[in-house]
Amino acid sequence: MESVGIVIEDVSLAFGSTEVLKGVNLDIAPGEFFAFLGPSGSGKSTLLRAIAGFGPQPRGRILIGGKDVAGLPPWHRDVGMVFQSYALWPHMTVAQNVAFGLEERRVARPEIKERVAEALALVGLEEYAGRRPSQLSGGQQQRVALARTIVVRPRVLLLDEPLSNLDANLRVQMRRELLALQRKLELTTIFVTHDQEEANTTSDRMAVLDDGIIQQVGPPMSLYDQPVNPFVAGFLGTANILRGTIEESNGKTAFVSGDGTRVALDKTRSGPASIVFRPQNVSLASRQTETGEDNVTLHGTIKNKEFLGNIIRYDITVGNHTIIVDQNHHRDEAQFGPNDNVALIVAPEHIVVLAD
Amino acid sequence: MIFKGTNVSLFSRAQTGPTVAAVLIVAFLLAFLVVPVLQVIYVAFQDTNTGALTLVNFADFFSSSLFRESFYNSFYVAAVSVLFASLFAVPLAYFTTRFNFSGAVLIQTLGIVPLIMPPFVGAVAMKLLFGANGSVNLLLDEWFGVTVPIMEGLNGVILVESIHYFPFILINLSAALNNIDRAMEESAQNLGSSGFRLFRRIVFPLAMPGYIAGAALVFIKVFDDLGTPLLLDVNKMLAPQAYLRISSIGISDPMGYVISVILIGFSLFALWTSTLALRGKDYATAQKGGGGLAKRDLRPWEKVGCYGVVIFILALVLSPHLGLLLLSFGTVWSFAVLPDGFTLAHYQQMFGSASQYIANTLLYAGIAAFLDIVLGTAIAYIVWRTTLKGRQWLDYTATAALAVPGVVLGIGYLRTFNDVNVPLADQPLATWWFVIVIALTIRRLPYALRACVAAIQQISVMLEEAAENLGATKQRTVWRVVVPLMSGGILAGFITSFATASVELSATIMLVSQDSDAPLAFGIYEFMQSAAGRGPGAALGVVAVVIVTLATYLSHRIIARSERRRTAERVVYETAN
Repeated sequence: MESVGIVIEDVSLAFGSTEVLKGVNLDIAPGEFFAFLGPSGSGKSTLLRAIAGFGPQPRGRILIGGKDVAGLPPWHRDVGMVFQSYALWPHMTVAQNVAFGLEERRVARPEIKERVAEALALVGLEEYAGRRPSQLSGGQQQRVALARTIVVRPRVLLLDEPLSNLDANLRVQMRRELLALQRKLELTTIFVTHDQEEANTTSDRMAVLDDGIIQQVGPPMSLYDQPVNPFVAGFLGTANILRGTIEESNGKTAFVSGDGTRVALDKTRSGPASIVFRPQNVSLASRQTETGEDNVTLHGTIKNKEFLGNIIRYDITVGNHTIIVDQNHHRDEAQFGPNDNVALIVAPEHIVVLAD
Repeated sequence: MIFKGTNVSLFSRAQTGPTVAAVLIVAFLLAFLVVPVLQVIYVAFQDTNTGALTLVNFADFFSSSLFRESFYNSFYVAAVSVLFASLFAVPLAYFTTRFNFSGAVLIQTLGIVPLIMPPFVGAVAMKLLFGANGSVNLLLDEWFGVTVPIMEGLNGVILVESIHYFPFILINLSAALNNIDRAMEESAQNLGSSGFRLFRRIVFPLAMPGYIAGAALVFIKVFDDLGTPLLLDVNKMLAPQAYLRISSIGISDPMGYVISVILIGFSLFALWTSTLALRGKDYATAQKGGGGLAKRDLRPWEKVGCYGVVIFILALVLSPHLGLLLLSFGTVWSFAVLPDGFTLAHYQQMFGSASQYIANTLLYAGIAAFLDIVLGTAIAYIVWRTTLKGRQWLDYTATAALAVPGVVLGIGYLRTFNDVNVPLADQPLATWWFVIVIALTIRRLPYALRACVAAIQQISVMLEEAAENLGATKQRTVWRVVVPLMSGGILAGFITSFATASVELSATIMLVSQDSDAPLAFGIYEFMQSAAGRGPGAALGVVAVVIVTLATYLSHRIIARSERRRTAERVVYETAN
């Protein structure tokens, strides 16, 4: 089966007067594992359902394998979807559930039998063919839902928060299995999730959605390292975000926040801007310590300290801001305590400047 | 202080109250449900002369052509009523769950309207509207020269019963359809299924348990019904035969008992069918926000069709009410499309001579409903909050009353309590007015019990533990926390019991020994026997409908209010999390 791509052109959609998708554009390559990441209400599930043909007809175009699917009912789209609730039919056995799509496609009986067995073997559930869905664990139900979808060899695979009903350990295991399966089948896959770790670990590229708008598209690591706006920066991991303006004086460029905190920068455009840096990219020193010539130094007071195991997380008051700083924890190493005055050192290459 | 009593004695003291209550309940259920019913079954297998166990009574029953015909007729009427009830209910259930259209409100009303009038009350009015010389046939004859015998013999019983009982299917089937998770349907569409195949393979099987539960209920209600065939003068059916044998030949005639055993057998079979249909198929799979099938708007011509069907069924369903109203206000109504003139005389006559019936009904149904909620609350508490051995049997036994037709309970009471003298009244318990109250209590207990059980299941045990932690004893906790939180459910249970008890006929007709003890339903039956009594009888019927309407409305209000409150609490709880 040849992989196909998905192109989404200027798709908008409203439920009544509530706009859920506002001009979405995406180009998903054949065979790609693509994630839609966003908070609840961001429109990610709505977009996925629109691709499958559920919900109101959106404005704009959705092309699957180069063909516009507008007006095509769900049952003619040939896109496999795994539902968040699995939606296994309780009145059918596991085998009957898996066979359903093939029967609807009028596949010959012997072939159905063969392919159902094959699909169940693929997800490791051969022995459960005769069971009812209610007799399976959550992880097993999830596998049946997956087998039921891939057995029809759909052109693309859509996964709507497929791991959200599983417990933490199983989730890690299932996402690896999912990825392995996707690589094996070379199936273009869209994975909807609100969990950045799931998106990071599985996807080739991802789109971060908020408020019905795609905020940024790219490989997980580059989105983390080069967020284009405060939302993406804050949604992917923990970030220190300072808002202010970039000023030039005496040939030197500096970022100045509202409370007067100054951060020297390399030459960049002046004007209103935000700067972003990650907690693990800040190192701490006592006030007197000399810092390297090029490093940015801020001064603050430790407000709070939390031991998280591998790291110690400090909340440090700098001007009106609270900056989060993570330090790796090593046994017997000296630590700072509340009310200590400290210097915060950030290498310039770790600062991302966002033009407002 | 804490160490004064050991844990063991604390535990047993906590169980003392429930134990005493359980013993009292068991005694009540044994005396007024188990023993009378077993007595009826025992007598059916007993030789009238020697008292030995025998099957000869059943042989006699099936060798009589009258009884064979009655048996066949009852079965035929029940089966065909299910068929017609399904024809009314299935399209309506499907319309409301599949389409967005304002007729849904009409249909929901349809689900209640027929149930607020006992079928026998409407039967006479239906005869005047649809009978051989009724309004519809007179018009048909005048316009087209044809008549339709839809009220003749068994047809009449079928029409009245299916119009009255189709809401059972409508309600159960709609609930089943609404409980189907939308993802169930969407996943089938995603795999290539659509249209009728989708309906046949996914929607229909998932809704089937609901349909069967409703259909089984309709079957058994029709099979057991006594009032409707009696009023339509159709005597060759099982329940009327049992009544006529006992009332004309006497309580020693074995045929009434044989029929009772057959009625119980079919009841149990129908209940068994519906439990089997529902067992292990808790298809209520709806996820947050995903409940019900995907609804779509109607196309114009579909709208016309839907409204056509809804209005046709609405007209049919409302016709007994309309007929009853005309009859109660009409002067003479015979061989005419409408009554000759209108008058208030029937109401005057009814309030003059029949107010005793109304007073009796309010008294009997009131006491019975009160006893029902006391028993219901106690049983619910014992089953769900104590560890008494065998406590589930209280629930099972009380619920088993559902399988006992009113005629059977009546016969059982007559047989069992004829020799039991009531000290102060100085007459046999079987003929004392309070036995009617007890019969109503037993008959309506399952309804009240279900309401109470639902109410107690919604109370978190933690609320009770908090009260106990702050020093309240078990009894104080029940009184100050459990009962107040259950109050909405208890009240709804009271009203349901009250409303249905106030129009009960099949058990009371056997137990009314003198006219002054008779309740409303019996009064209507008495009036309707003569042509002159029809007017006042219809007026009395209107009173019955008004009582049940008010009660039903109240109980809906209460249930809606407590559900709103619960939703509000849940919202607060979820936001707090």
